[in-house]
Amino acid sequence: MSISSLLATPSELTDSSSTKTAIVLMTRIRLARNLAGQHFPGWADKARRAAILAQCRAAIAAAPQMKKPHDLAIDRLSELERLILVERHLISRELSGSKGGAGAMISHDQAISVMINEEDHLRIQVLRAGFQLKRAWNAIDDFDSALEENLDYAFSPNLGYLTTCPTNLGTGLRASAMMHLPALIISNQMEKIVRAVNQLGMVVRGLFGEGSDASGSIFQISNQTTLGETEEEIIKRLGTVLNSIIEHELNARAKLLEADANKLFDKIGRAYGILQNSHVLSSSEAMNLLSLLRLGVDLKILPDSGRALIDRLFIEAQPGHLQYARKGEIEPAQRDILRAALLRTEFANQPKPSFTLPGPN
Amino acid sequence: MASPLKCDICDKPATVHLTQILNNQAHKVDLCEDCARAKGITDTSDFSLADLLIKASLNPEAIDSGTCEQCGFTQADFKKNGRFGCPACYDAFRGLLEPMLDGMHKGVVHTGKVPARALERKSLHDRLAKLELDLTDAVKSERFEDAARYRDEINQVRQAAGRTHPPKS
Repeated sequence: MSISSLLATPSELTDSSSTKTAIVLMTRIRLARNLAGQHFPGWADKARRAAILAQCRAAIAAAPQMKKPHDLAIDRLSELERLILVERHLISRELSGSKGGAGAMISHDQAISVMINEEDHLRIQVLRAGFQLKRAWNAIDDFDSALEENLDYAFSPNLGYLTTCPTNLGTGLRASAMMHLPALIISNQMEKIVRAVNQLGMVVRGLFGEGSDASGSIFQISNQTTLGETEEEIIKRLGTVLNSIIEHELNARAKLLEADANKLFDKIGRAYGILQNSHVLSSSEAMNLLSLLRLGVDLKILPDSGRALIDRLFIEAQPGHLQYARKGEIEPAQRDILRAALLRTEFANQPKPSFTLPGPN
Repeated sequence: MASPLKCDICDKPATVHLTQILNNQAHKVDLCEDCARAKGITDTSDFSLADLLIKASLNPEAIDSGTCEQCGFTQADFKKNGRFGCPACYDAFRGLLEPMLDGMHKGVVHTGKVPARALERKSLHDRLAKLELDLTDAVKSERFEDAARYRDEINQVRQAAGRTHPPKS
């Protein structure tokens, strides 16, 4: 099965942008689950992995939340298709590089995805646009309970859900928010924030998780520990941290405008000009320009309708999506030309920025 | 200070002293220069003590037998990549795991969600197994009244189990 039908349908990630998604672009929760009495994927031989995959696929397909899922065998996908799924946050890099017996099942609206035989037998993910930790938790809790009707999970009353790596032990839960924090970057405060967030037992990563850079001023903030607290406690703690980061970002924006509005307007105006007129754009430059326009939308310099476009382009300007649109692999240099062309077209008819200071209200 | 601190890994004099605060608990590690470099502690921002705590907890005597009977995974395998081979490894390597968990998580006991349905299935299954043994015993020793009672109970449990799981033929 190819992923063309997946790309053709609207998804939670690419089509749900609104004012509610201003700083928190999306919320994700994942649960790590394993089958009782079975070797973990990394230690299981080919036959065992195949059996686990078959058992999990049947259980997932039987869950009411998974009507007509995209059912993907990773080794049947091209490299490009796998890259696209990574860029859409539907599978991990680790799964994308796995050898055999790995699968992904993705709900029709791409809000639920399950990786099979990644680090754990099951990595269940629920994704929601905007800041929606509670709703994401309720959705994944229900789905997990539905799977449990047909699967015996590895569980210990003392240690909770048993995971391949003890760092995920207990709840197996990682909740994360993808945040757009341009003002904290511009005013050089991000390092300080990262340190403070770490002290609170939370982790800050780049857009594509571990080891990725923070192009586009987009960060993922998530809980580090999984054992010793209930799921609700972890989520509440993360929510408090996220709210405080939002407050810092808003303060930083206000300060930038207060201190030197022209400097900020200049950045946004130039970004608009480059996106409309450039002919060579690297991925990270494109991300940073899009990020500035997104800030422009938040500051009412650009119309609200621009946010959905920008959020879609954050994804579609990625290397995998660009190449897929052109139906084949393309050299990086050629990609940069294509990317610039895509962005020129998309921004050709976007309204011009109107630079007035937001009035006091 | 009576004697200089020794490296937690190799016992050479320690010159690198690290304190990481996780969940309001301070964890200290003392290392010699060689081990610090080997562990990549030049940039401490991304550094986790967990790995070192494994080594520290291993130190004086080996606590576990070293191999998981269920899946054949060894202690050395775990030390290599920090991952286990199967759920039973958590029992097999308990002595290795427990000191690590302390620094790794907020607590050492699970307080979250429980897979209620699966546990219910398991307890019914265990009960059934016991009743079947009792039944065989009762028949063998010709306690037929007991045997009839066990058979009724077995039927009841089977019915209850059938509600959570399709009965196996």
